Amino acid sequence: MKHLHEFRDKGLASVLATELEQLVDGPVRFMEVCGTHTMAIFRHGLRSILPEDLHLISGPGCPVCVTSAGYIDAFIKVARIPRVTIATFGDMIQVPGTSGSLAHARSRGARVEVVYSPMDALDLADQLPKDLVVFPAIGFETTVPGVAATILEARRRKQKNFTVFSAHKVMPPALDALMSNQGLQIQGLLCPGHVSTIIGAKAYKPLAERYSLPCVIAGFEPIDILQALILLARQAGEGRAEIENAYPRAVSWEGNARAQDLISKVFEPVDAEWRGMGIIPGSGLALRPEFSEFNALERLDIKIPKILEPKGCRCGEILVGWCLPPDCPLFAKGCTPLEPIGPCMVSTEGTCAAYYRYGR
Amino acid sequence: MKNKTILLDHGSGGLAGQELISGLFLKHLGNPVLSVLEDSAVIETGVGRLAFTTDSFVVDPVFFPGGDIGSLAVHGTINDLAMRGARPLCLSLGMILEEGLSLADLELIVISIKESSERAGVPVVTGDTKVVPKGKGDKVFINTSGIGTVPDGVSISASKARPGDIILLSGTIADHGVTILTRRAGISIKGDLKSDTMALHRFVQTLIEALPGAIHTLRDPTRGGMATALSEIAKTSEAGMEIEEACIPIRQEVEAACELLGLDPLYLASEGKCLAFVAPDRSKRALDIMRLQPEGKDAAIIGMVTKGPAGRIVLKTAVGGARLVGPLSGEPLPRIC
Repeated sequence: MKHLHEFRDKGLASVLATELEQLVDGPVRFMEVCGTHTMAIFRHGLRSILPEDLHLISGPGCPVCVTSAGYIDAFIKVARIPRVTIATFGDMIQVPGTSGSLAHARSRGARVEVVYSPMDALDLADQLPKDLVVFPAIGFETTVPGVAATILEARRRKQKNFTVFSAHKVMPPALDALMSNQGLQIQGLLCPGHVSTIIGAKAYKPLAERYSLPCVIAGFEPIDILQALILLARQAGEGRAEIENAYPRAVSWEGNARAQDLISKVFEPVDAEWRGMGIIPGSGLALRPEFSEFNALERLDIKIPKILEPKGCRCGEILVGWCLPPDCPLFAKGCTPLEPIGPCMVSTEGTCAAYYRYGR
Repeated sequence: MKNKTILLDHGSGGLAGQELISGLFLKHLGNPVLSVLEDSAVIETGVGRLAFTTDSFVVDPVFFPGGDIGSLAVHGTINDLAMRGARPLCLSLGMILEEGLSLADLELIVISIKESSERAGVPVVTGDTKVVPKGKGDKVFINTSGIGTVPDGVSISASKARPGDIILLSGTIADHGVTILTRRAGISIKGDLKSDTMALHRFVQTLIEALPGAIHTLRDPTRGGMATALSEIAKTSEAGMEIEEACIPIRQEVEAACELLGLDPLYLASEGKCLAFVAPDRSKRALDIMRLQPEGKDAAIIGMVTKGPAGRIVLKTAVGGARLVGPLSGEPLPRIC
């Protein structure tokens, strides 16, 4: 963190903003895919220094937000099973299902513990030998290797009461599904930095080629984001569609081969439902059959219910850039961070939460 | 009251708690003294004004770097008195102990209470102890109440911030909050993370006596952090604010821990810091006086009060942008990455 302030330098930011202003000479729409980007853009007030004609659309990159309501309901149902302890990342606690959240379940006696890594959940299983610990595994390629490593460690330790409830998703198929939709009119993609450390810059090659889409991988500091936007604007202006890596201090062309191996050793691709986008082939990850002893879905015989979105909630459209939070009739009225209706309001990385907190 | 059970969020110092207070407690118990919801109540007695406050402490872990539940319980209540400009006289001490608590731990807590109260010069003059069966409490819960006198002419309140007032912060933010959260998570961060718990009454008295009438509002940004404290003051005073992010003091290791966990330090507690809203012509002097005292050595001017709209707080970010700041909503939770 010693160099944090160099990436938040006001003088440099102002120079970059001026350069961006000169590059953008008409309306242009870029999508920031990752929720952490959305949050960083709001938190640092970047929108206030970007050119007026540059429209940033938030994409489906908030892991909590894209998890379908059926999964959320299933997590809560599992939490209510006697002698089951849910060990979850903090973000999940307040996500509303059709009847309350994990926080509500906890207030009525369910055992819900917040952990900071899947390995903590495994340790918890060791401390609670009479309970079955269930780890709801939400997240993209960034989170998956840690979960895979934990499952391998659980096998090594012969931990019988540890399971993973996988709702993991992978990014490239979802981006492909999104971009195949002509109506969105996205002219450039600000690619997610964290996910790219794992999958590598090469993962965006089919997108750039198939949809003539400029792709720039960005870090999460204000200077990183401004620099990446300049590269995108330059590509768009010159009619190029290439992959550029504006985050070389973390991301390589090939990605992290060891992490990729871990993922494919433990998980296999399955079709998965994304909130707002429906079923996308090959976009989810399930535990391979040889790890079924750690698969909560099999151990507890869980079926994911089909759930309709809450009435009036436009999270689905917001997630894919069709509309902005203020366009939703519930935004800041029925739906607030205090009593969220849709997932985009509850996750700290959700677009609605960002608009509510920082943008109104 | 749509949700029929109490959630942890009701105690996090943010919007849910405010809703519970106004929707339930004030609905049934509201009166002119209580309903202003200041850090302590100020009561006219005929022979002067008394400040009266109470606070409960349920911190997990009970012992943490920089302090423990005992020192926290003494300092918290003293500071609530100090934020109305009162001189603390004495404290009460109520303890709820869980069956099975080690006597050695309890003695450590009691010694810590003794040391904190002696150092502050505010004695514990009455007390009570109850024990609950194992599992019906969490080691030890403490309640302290405090009484103080408000000197003549002193009138400090969250409703008295005026457009043009300069906002001072007595030191770094989020030290206590980040220490507790990382301890609870079992995460060790390189560097010296520790709670900033300390009593501020002498620090505040020096300021008030040196600048009579110039200190309009004081608030210690505890649960909910600086952002929530500022939001409450902006609402109560019906004013707006402009804050300079780059001017907010924060220790490097605290900032690093927050980045790592995805936490916003503006919403994390301090237990030994205060915000002061000062008349513009006295603000430089106030800053000097703060910095001359050990409690305020890192003090800084962080912004000013504007005409509004009421409750609107604009943060000028370090990178040169601008955004709004609102009160805490929801427990501060680390993100999924």
